[in-house]
Amino acid sequence: MAASARVKSDGKLAIEIRHVNKWFGPYHVLRDINLTVSRGERIVVCGPSGSGKSTLIRCINRLEEHQKGDIIVDGVPLTNNLKNIDDVRREVGMVFQHFNLFPHLTVLENCTLAPIWVKKVPKKQAEETAMKFLTRVKIPEQALKYPGQLSGGQQQRVAIARSLCMNPKIMLFDEPTSALDPEMIKEVLDVMTGLAEDGMTMLCVTHEMGFARQVADRVVFMDGGQIVEINSPKEFFSKPKSPRTRAFLEQILH
Amino acid sequence: MSLTPDFVRTEDAQILPAPKDEVGLWAMLRRRFFPSPLSSVVTILLGALLLLVVWTIGRWALIDAVWTGSNREVCSLPGAGACWPFVQARFMQWIYGFYPIGERWRVNIVYVLGALTLLPLLIPSAPFKVWNAVAFFLIYPVITFFLLTGGVFGLEVVETPQWGGLLVTLILSVTGIVFSLPAGILLALGRQSRLPVIRWLSIAFIETVRGVPLITVLFMASVMFPLFMPPGVNFDKLLKALVGVALFSAAYMAEEVRGGLQAVPKGQYEAAQSLGLSYWRMMAFIVMPQALRIVIPGIVNNFIGLFKDTSLVTVIGIFDLLNMVQAGFNDAVWASPQTGNTGYFSLALIYWVFCFSMSRYAIYVEGRLDSGKKR
Repeated sequence: MAASARVKSDGKLAIEIRHVNKWFGPYHVLRDINLTVSRGERIVVCGPSGSGKSTLIRCINRLEEHQKGDIIVDGVPLTNNLKNIDDVRREVGMVFQHFNLFPHLTVLENCTLAPIWVKKVPKKQAEETAMKFLTRVKIPEQALKYPGQLSGGQQQRVAIARSLCMNPKIMLFDEPTSALDPEMIKEVLDVMTGLAEDGMTMLCVTHEMGFARQVADRVVFMDGGQIVEINSPKEFFSKPKSPRTRAFLEQILH
Repeated sequence: MSLTPDFVRTEDAQILPAPKDEVGLWAMLRRRFFPSPLSSVVTILLGALLLLVVWTIGRWALIDAVWTGSNREVCSLPGAGACWPFVQARFMQWIYGFYPIGERWRVNIVYVLGALTLLPLLIPSAPFKVWNAVAFFLIYPVITFFLLTGGVFGLEVVETPQWGGLLVTLILSVTGIVFSLPAGILLALGRQSRLPVIRWLSIAFIETVRGVPLITVLFMASVMFPLFMPPGVNFDKLLKALVGVALFSAAYMAEEVRGGLQAVPKGQYEAAQSLGLSYWRMMAFIVMPQALRIVIPGIVNNFIGLFKDTSLVTVIGIFDLLNMVQAGFNDAVWASPQTGNTGYFSLALIYWVFCFSMSRYAIYVEGRLDSGKKR
């Protein structure tokens, strides 16, 4: 685990999380979280529901506020400073469990809105970039449709493309396949695997253990608001160190 | 035991036309109006009632109606129906109020310019939407103001007490409608603001205005407001009514918009934030378009209510359409048993045409917006 001393970012770390604590009301949801993610590293976060894994990655782009500790993303510390928050959100893409596409905009508009208004990219260029990423997630032909006309798997792929259009350095995935019908999970995982192979820094909360085995550099296991174990996927699945990890794996792998 | 399945289809079942009595006009009529004995009885009873109402009104308004004449005598005969000559004699005053007859062309220009700038704005396929909006929301009000009040370019000054009728009703309601939606949106956002002062002020305004009848607001604007002003400072009565009506409807609009805001899923806010959109852009591009779409029926309901509520300015002595129509009843030349009925009937028709148009247009807009979200 990372050294607990407060250190300045050395430029190689994508995300530094140091002694982070968070409470929902009186409830202590994140307890002394320490995690550093290097550039290009792929991390899978798993754990039982309610263990704080979603809350943790939502803290990384400030959708949730942590009360104690430091989160430094790409060298920018997350504080109440709005400019810092804006800077971080520009660099960090996020994919949600329920896609959260904008239903009143076409697929193409979903992908170009933020580049045009946040990054001030000319419309024409934003559309070209959007088509490039829609092609990459294999649905360029759906560009002029509305999200409601697409299947769940297609919507999630659009959501990934939408994030990529901002050219993020880091991608966060919050249970991206949990709301999908079984036959659509693969198409989304394939896109994510492709991203990983291209060297994207990724933090994925997921229950897809196959994906974790194949793609992750490290697996983080959380339980009860704490990180219980961080391990390589091979060790994690074959020789988990913590009894809690073992109990969890027994339950999900049958 | 053999493991053969229970059933395997070898031949497709035939595709057949629907039975004869399921299609066609008669089948449709029977299914909708006479599906069962009880429904048939209800259909016949309600049909008879409808005929009776239509016949009664039709006989009064058309068959027994008086169509020509120059004074009350024609309308005072026993058995006379609607007194249309009265409407004819008064109609121009309903439209223009007491605006000097020689200056009515100015009102006409206002009406025509209004129609020319508003109608293309309402037609989605019409071009130059931005310039059109600038023309209607910015240039038109200025032109209207100077044209109607006069005093510039050699135009004779016409004081607002001389304005009246449909002119005043339209000025009040169009201003109210145009002002109340943006003001309502800001108030609704203010009510959800993280800054306590803005939130409290918004809540205080909304709840105060909603807790008070419009008549009270109008009385306060015209009677109490001057008491708080330094002596000699006095605002135009029509202006005070305008402000009163606009603020009043803004409070209602705010609550309508708030309902829409609450119906937009939290995930939409989060997606917008995660893409780095600022608060105002998130609201303008993501949240408001969805929220307003949800509450179109309520918003139009408010517009229609506002349009009709402008008739309350009668109580502070402004001659809007209602007051103007009523003023004609006191005219000795036209006093007859049917004068009032005919006046109110016409008034109702005029209001109905405006309100029904708004309602239909709203339905059209809803249908258009919905087409984008085919499931």
